[in-house]
Amino acid sequence: MPVIQTPASHGADAPGEPVIVLDGVKKRFGSFTAVERAHFSIDRGEFFAMLGPSGCGKTTTLKMIAGFEQPSEGRVVLESVDVSRTPPYKRNVNTVFQQYALFPHMTVAENVAFGPKSKKVPKSEYTRRVAEMLEVVRLGDFAHRRPTQLSGGQQQRVALARALVNYPSALLLDEPLAALDLKLREAMQFELKRIQREVGITFVFVTHDQGEALTMSDRIAVMNEGRVEQIGTPEDIYHRPASLFVASFIGTANLLPGELAGRDGDDVLVRLEAGGTIRASGGGTSVDDVGARPEGSPVSVMLRPERLLVSNEPTGAGISDGRRLSGTVEDLVFQGAAARLSLRLADGTDVITHVGTDTDLPFLRPGDTVEVTWQPGAAFVLPGWPPRAGASSTDVDQIEAAL
Amino acid sequence: MTATSEPARQRVMTSRPDLFGLFALSGAGLLLAAVGARWVTGPLVPIALGLVLTAIVAVIWTAVAGSPEAKRKIAPYGLLKPGMLWLALFYLAPLITLLRLSLSTLPSRFAVDAELDWNIGNYTTAFTDFAPQFGRAFLYAGTATVFTILIGFPLAYVIAFRGGRFKTLLLGLVVIPFFTSYLIRTIAWRSLLADTGQVVQLFDTLRLSGFFETVGIMDNGRVLNTPAAVIGGLTYNFLPFMILPIYVSLEKIDPRMVDAAHDLYSTSVEAFRKIVVPLALPGVFAGTLLTFIPAAGDFVNALYLGSPNTTMIGNSIQDQFLVQNNIPLASAMSFVLMFIITVFVIIYSRFFGTEDLT
Repeated sequence: MPVIQTPASHGADAPGEPVIVLDGVKKRFGSFTAVERAHFSIDRGEFFAMLGPSGCGKTTTLKMIAGFEQPSEGRVVLESVDVSRTPPYKRNVNTVFQQYALFPHMTVAENVAFGPKSKKVPKSEYTRRVAEMLEVVRLGDFAHRRPTQLSGGQQQRVALARALVNYPSALLLDEPLAALDLKLREAMQFELKRIQREVGITFVFVTHDQGEALTMSDRIAVMNEGRVEQIGTPEDIYHRPASLFVASFIGTANLLPGELAGRDGDDVLVRLEAGGTIRASGGGTSVDDVGARPEGSPVSVMLRPERLLVSNEPTGAGISDGRRLSGTVEDLVFQGAAARLSLRLADGTDVITHVGTDTDLPFLRPGDTVEVTWQPGAAFVLPGWPPRAGASSTDVDQIEAAL
Repeated sequence: MTATSEPARQRVMTSRPDLFGLFALSGAGLLLAAVGARWVTGPLVPIALGLVLTAIVAVIWTAVAGSPEAKRKIAPYGLLKPGMLWLALFYLAPLITLLRLSLSTLPSRFAVDAELDWNIGNYTTAFTDFAPQFGRAFLYAGTATVFTILIGFPLAYVIAFRGGRFKTLLLGLVVIPFFTSYLIRTIAWRSLLADTGQVVQLFDTLRLSGFFETVGIMDNGRVLNTPAAVIGGLTYNFLPFMILPIYVSLEKIDPRMVDAAHDLYSTSVEAFRKIVVPLALPGVFAGTLLTFIPAAGDFVNALYLGSPNTTMIGNSIQDQFLVQNNIPLASAMSFVLMFIITVFVIIYSRFFGTEDLT
């Protein structure tokens, strides 16, 4: 494994210190606000994802870091220097563009050498760096090909090498995998992760694909309509979402509306619209303290489908401690690793669970009454009511089709 | 036995339609050219034309009634046929006639038909007597081509990258002058550049006449009938042929490539030089050919905007053909012009040949 000596990794720059700081950054286009007060920092060596549906402002944020857009308010700080008004060619960040934007009239090696050449790096130095970087992306044998003679995945890796060869403070990736087919996309996810570990450079990654973000990132910023809804590790975002939007955008969530009925230690009690009272965690952990709200305030309970256990006979009182729902079977769809079971609660709310293949499935038929239970801590409380009660998920393919 | 002979026989069967198509196509083309060039004369003409017709009918018959395999193989030749026969009759045949004429001699000054006597004297005369006209033709055409690039490139650039929703309108404006006859537009320049015309008046009012005299654009207070007027006319008339191909190659450039160059530490000027210009070169190359070749043979601009001191080779050829009636010499001059242009284009494409660009 070649060891890349980046100028940034020398000396006093310890990992964990911020490379990029967005300080109250706002971007307006006319009367439209694309980014509303982005305020966060990205640490050195981090794999940071900005995730959200199209039009949420994630690409605009990336462009402000790259220098293609200037913030209307606030500052972009790179390596402790305010670069808000610095043009892209003077910023030590490099971008991997969505369609790669490789130069068709240059060979792969010339493409990769473009940055160092422009920076007036001596020839002996940049030829070494180009060769080294082509090894990192495993394209050593393709140095003298033209980009048009390469496959999509190979072009992607040329774009990566072209950016990384400059040893940037941060690498910005704008939907880098969107142009690849599914198989290649999955392979490239691991490839990107490997390259990032190898070079140790901060990656800032923009995607609308929650699976991609969860797989690759150290931290994720979930954005919606120009606002950063939550920043956290993939586990945080998945299990302890800060808002209903985050809960429904990441994976599938069953969102059950109800009202706050009381508090019990760290847990809260929620009286569901669908009937019954549920004990949910998260009362004191979410950004605005749900548990501290007055009784009767509207809240929702989030249940992830894979954490629900289904049984077709009443389980008795042992587990009835606010961790039980009952409903009728609507539909059962075999999906390979698991089956997707749709249930309908007494008030008509749809709930989706995933049932493992070893469970006694053959006995479930539409119309059967089943009990759903879960482990303590699997139910999570969120402020507000969802636009639609029950199961909600964001289908990536639907978003892609809408793009 | 059958196992070995069967594929062999099949190969002959399947390879026949395309061989036949090629034979029919080239045979018919050559026959038609021979008739056009009057190599075949008298009673042989109907026979030759009959053979051409038979070849056409045979190809059509194979294409209609043949096996699917035969149809597929004959199709390209059938589709090439109309164009090839057209070229044989209206390009190849006249070219042969012209070549023969250029090697002929007129028996007397008033004779109509020249006699082929392999007289290369026409070529030596073309070189010796018309060297200045050849020189001016390439000088004026070359200068005009450079000016069309200088004017056309920025224009095409603005339309391609900054045109936005006005792109189509702007392109339309480039093409609109074509709706008026080339001749009319050139003659219109006469009144613009005339001694009492707006251009001269403007120069006088702005007291710029002296400056333009020194630069060589004006001569004794006149703009019309100077080399500058001829070059100006050529530049004006051929400008769209430069703009359109450059526009096409600029339009294909992904603006994100320019962004990528900025991202990789290039200023706007560097990005333009290293990315936009190389990618636009195929357009410049095509535009140069479309401008330089017809401009070198042009006689309209020199005729209406120039003077006897600015005649180009096109004027001389026209004069020899239509006024002096020295058709053999005019043919030889045409061939010399063709030859020089071909050499120019070959040299030029060696330096700018960009066929490996997609």
